[in-house]
Amino acid sequence: MDSSIGATVRSHCVGTTAVVYASDYLNKLTGEKIERECRRQLDSGCRALVIDFGDTHLVNSIGISILLGIIDVAEKSGAQIVFSDVNNQTVELFDMLGLTRHVALAKDEQEALSNISQLDPTPTLH
Amino acid sequence: MVPSTQKLIHTFGALADLGQEVANTGDFSEMVRTSMHLLLGTLALRRGAVVECNAETAPECIAVWGLDEQRLGQFEIREEEEVELLELQWPAFLIDKTESFFVHRHHSMLAGEGIELIVPMIVRNKLTGLVLLGGKASGEEFSKEDFDTVSAMVRHIGVGIHTHRLIEQVARRAEENRRLYEDLRAIYRDTVRAFAAAIDIKDKYTQGHSERVGRYSEIIAREMGWGEDEVEGIQIAGYLHDVGKLVVDRNIINAPYHIDAKLSSELNRHPAAGYEILAPINHPYADIPLMAKYHHERLDGRGYPDGLTDKQIPLGAKIVALADSFDAMTTDRPYRRRRSFEDVVRDLRQSSGTQFDGKVVVAFARAILKELLAEKKDRRIMKMLGKGYLDGQQVPTLLQDLIAELDAEQANVVGVSAE
Repeated sequence: MDSSIGATVRSHCVGTTAVVYASDYLNKLTGEKIERECRRQLDSGCRALVIDFGDTHLVNSIGISILLGIIDVAEKSGAQIVFSDVNNQTVELFDMLGLTRHVALAKDEQEALSNISQLDPTPTLH
Repeated sequence: MVPSTQKLIHTFGALADLGQEVANTGDFSEMVRTSMHLLLGTLALRRGAVVECNAETAPECIAVWGLDEQRLGQFEIREEEEVELLELQWPAFLIDKTESFFVHRHHSMLAGEGIELIVPMIVRNKLTGLVLLGGKASGEEFSKEDFDTVSAMVRHIGVGIHTHRLIEQVARRAEENRRLYEDLRAIYRDTVRAFAAAIDIKDKYTQGHSERVGRYSEIIAREMGWGEDEVEGIQIAGYLHDVGKLVVDRNIINAPYHIDAKLSSELNRHPAAGYEILAPINHPYADIPLMAKYHHERLDGRGYPDGLTDKQIPLGAKIVALADSFDAMTTDRPYRRRRSFEDVVRDLRQSSGTQFDGKVVVAFARAILKELLAEKKDRRIMKMLGKGYLDGQQVPTLLQDLIAELDAEQANVVGVSAE
């Protein structure tokens, strides 16, 4: 069942995996909403997170910081995390900043969900 | 290595956002927290803290991400360490590659928390704080470009914090000044009231007159919709309207009979004398000397000291004039008892348009009526007039008739003017 936080964050669960949809511009406002939603899903027992960036055109610095925070939280919860449907420009940014060392990328949500069960828990950040 | 275009765009975007954020005068904590996120997100750092240094208190963590705030809150910066940080003027330094005494003393705690880089915030040659950073998501070491980016951003944050604290200081001082000003006004009001009491002591038959005139004037002005400052001003004018009596012979003021023309002329000096006394004083309210000077002027020009007519007389003086006459009519004098309220209303009706301004009389009548009909909680007019004075059943009707007649008269005047 779909749920939404505020006007922009949509999410739904597939088994014990939560799929959270990022908005078109991942900044402070939307980033914090996504973070809250991810925490809520993990607190309610989800063991894996898929953050879908299909609608996301741009991620700014605060967005990066918040995504790192989500990765941290997932790591501490022992949950897997996958970013799906990330555009080329954002992949380049994630690569350059080192986020892709800590999170798996998938072509789309389906691929992310099918990969989740095969993945080990999120690589530990040091 | 030349930074990629993507990295430059990302960094410039962060700098632009940071500029906006530090200029934000709203929520300080939010400004610092967001600025820190911008800094962390620019280099993809997982840990960071902004520690504010204040001359009066111990260093305080004002934003923390990925670190133990309680542990960070335990360190102190000694005076010589602060001097060292200021003198060395390092834009940023790695804790494992520095000779800093401060770092040596705190190394185990900082390293234990995963802090790798320290950036002093120096504004106007004072240590405003420190930014502690660590945990590059890329796993790479901090590069020269990272140092430049971080130190530029931290300078921005430092200026933001410094500016915010200055604004807070200014606001605090403005608040202190406002309170001092309020205190001064209260002292001024109390002094004026004491002065009014002193004026009335000279006239043994009219004790409390100035205080009552002040209160009646305030009530009328409020009823006419004046602002709070103006209402306070006219109250003061009421208290002081008879200050000129200080220069009039006590025997004339206290004569237990109607005084003759010569003595009357002497007594009539008091409004102008009052003006002379009040004019040199820098009152916090406008026109107080003029209200005192013209409180015996009449609309028909037969008043004194200048024989002004209707529009030449300041509205404040018209209000004080009515308050003064009303109190004179409703209090006992040495040569007569006070008049009945019916008599007073009749007099007000007859004198409206010649002695008193009809609009002022209507406002006063409305204020009295509101007290009688219990539309007002406090019954200040009734208290000043004393128990029983307004008890007659016909009193509200008298007032309602007075208001209706004067309103109609005003409407006719307006109608005629419009034609």
